[in-house]
Amino acid sequence: MNILKLSAKNLSRNKLTTILNIVLVAFGVGILSILFLASTQIGDKLESNSKDIDLVVGAKGSPLQLILSSIYHIDFPTGNIPAKDAQTLMQNPMVKRAVPLALGDNYQGYRIVGTDSSFTGLYGLKIAKGNFWNKDLEATIGSAVAAESKLKVGDHFFGAHGLSNSDDEHKQHAYIVKGILAPQGNVTDNLILTNIGSVYKMHEPNHEEDKHHHGEEEKEINNREITSLLIQYRSPMSVVIFPRMVNQSTNMQAASPAMESARLFSLIGVGIETLKWFAILIMAISALSVFISLFNSMKEKKYDLAIMRCLGASKAKVFCLVMLEGLMITVTGALIGLAIGHIALTLIGHFQESSQARLSGYYFLTDELYLIGAGLAIGIIAAIIPAVQTYKVDIASTLSKDK
Amino acid sequence: MIKIQSLAHQYHHAPILQFPDWEIKDAEQWLLLGSSGSGKSTLLNIIAGLLKPQNGEVILDGTSIYNLSTREMDQFRGQKIGIVFQKPHFIKSLNIYDNIAIAASLAGLPIDAKRISLLLETLGLAGKAKKYTEELSQGQLQRASIARALVNHPSVLIADEPTSSLDDENAENVISLLTEQAASSHASLIVATHDNRVRNRLSKEYLLS
Repeated sequence: MNILKLSAKNLSRNKLTTILNIVLVAFGVGILSILFLASTQIGDKLESNSKDIDLVVGAKGSPLQLILSSIYHIDFPTGNIPAKDAQTLMQNPMVKRAVPLALGDNYQGYRIVGTDSSFTGLYGLKIAKGNFWNKDLEATIGSAVAAESKLKVGDHFFGAHGLSNSDDEHKQHAYIVKGILAPQGNVTDNLILTNIGSVYKMHEPNHEEDKHHHGEEEKEINNREITSLLIQYRSPMSVVIFPRMVNQSTNMQAASPAMESARLFSLIGVGIETLKWFAILIMAISALSVFISLFNSMKEKKYDLAIMRCLGASKAKVFCLVMLEGLMITVTGALIGLAIGHIALTLIGHFQESSQARLSGYYFLTDELYLIGAGLAIGIIAAIIPAVQTYKVDIASTLSKDK
Repeated sequence: MIKIQSLAHQYHHAPILQFPDWEIKDAEQWLLLGSSGSGKSTLLNIIAGLLKPQNGEVILDGTSIYNLSTREMDQFRGQKIGIVFQKPHFIKSLNIYDNIAIAASLAGLPIDAKRISLLLETLGLAGKAKKYTEELSQGQLQRASIARALVNHPSVLIADEPTSSLDDENAENVISLLTEQAASSHASLIVATHDNRVRNRLSKEYLLS
């Protein structure tokens, strides 16, 4: 019979109070865990998806909407821009790399992105099976698309009009899956990539099919519209000049991913901060509740502790017994809270409409250990005063009073 | 063997209690008698190492117990002294078996399951090992507290008014068990009482005036 077992037995004797305290700690840690994991995942996604993209050029409108639709693929585009104007920008000496995007269709909610081979270079895409798209109506799909839609190399599928799941399919043309991307850990896992000509073809049913052969893509761009351009600067000096030039001298809009992501995060941050304080308040209440429970139980337990001392238990052992009871409640609560956090995020991810911004519960951070540390700290704070009281228990007078 | 020499103790604003020297040989059985307020419980607490006297010393098996450190004293008490209180008190979250077993583990001794079973059987509690304290009668609890006091083979068994809250039958049982078990364990026995039913049951008397 060690003190760990005795602590556990003492706690199980007051099941209701123990469970209530564990639930309080678990809620606090659970909310903090969800915030912690979600904000880290969102931050990571924002960073990994906008990496190497210095500027996005698109139709005038909300710059945040432009960034969300062109980089994170979670909002609708602000409109289209003339491909001819985009081509002019692409040839600007300040531009190192420019990637055109043509959006408009989806397959089972996964966005079909018309682009060119510079897209693969920008994201460093690698093929797991098959090849990259080469001709019209050929598609290379992201790893998450392949896993969830069960599409394989050689399969045919119809794109649907719009950027979210719909039944308005372009039945006149079917895409063929030419390749599947290796997992990239960014938004491309959830995209279907094809050339821009395929996107045009989908929206022009009477267009002569033979016109769009490989090599004619540039010609297409010059005559049509695209959704946006992802731009990489040749030199950091362009940061100031280039966006101003686009915004002032063209009918297009330039938006900086870094600035808009920071703005988005600060907007989300207000909510996160509020919830964080709410969770901290719950944890403070749980600490107070554990303290009150232990403190009250000391009156009842005074005789138990005196008997234990009488039977040979040292003061330190009795002190540890009370401390352990506090710690067992809060550490158990913290561990359950972490589990709640991960399960809740898995469920949230499961029900999220946008696969691009999907959160995962299978995401572990070493920083989560701080939450267990917080549980330990709460246990120590809540138990220290009742535990110190055990030092003051006068065995002889306590047991004499019990006569 | 226990030797008590020049013992004196004073509570706040109370007259000083002085105790005559006393020597208790191994396996002797003593009644500690005295009127209320004469210091019976105080003396028992001092012998048990629970209350440090302001003067004098208690020597148990050659050890002057108040020269021990607090930690040594705790362990010494757990291993050498068995105590039975007027009101049997147990750790409520443990069953009777665990309450007896914990006396061994807190004293730093291995748990002897056979001895616990034997004691419970001898004391008529064989079927009560897994019961909790609220499921037992006062007489059964007092017998369980005797088992707990004896589990570590103590040198001395101290009982403070063990029969005063029991009916005649249970009082007779408890005093018989105390004397028998102390004798079979070869432990010295000191019973503090003002219960007339217990008078003449033990061979020796120590009277506090």
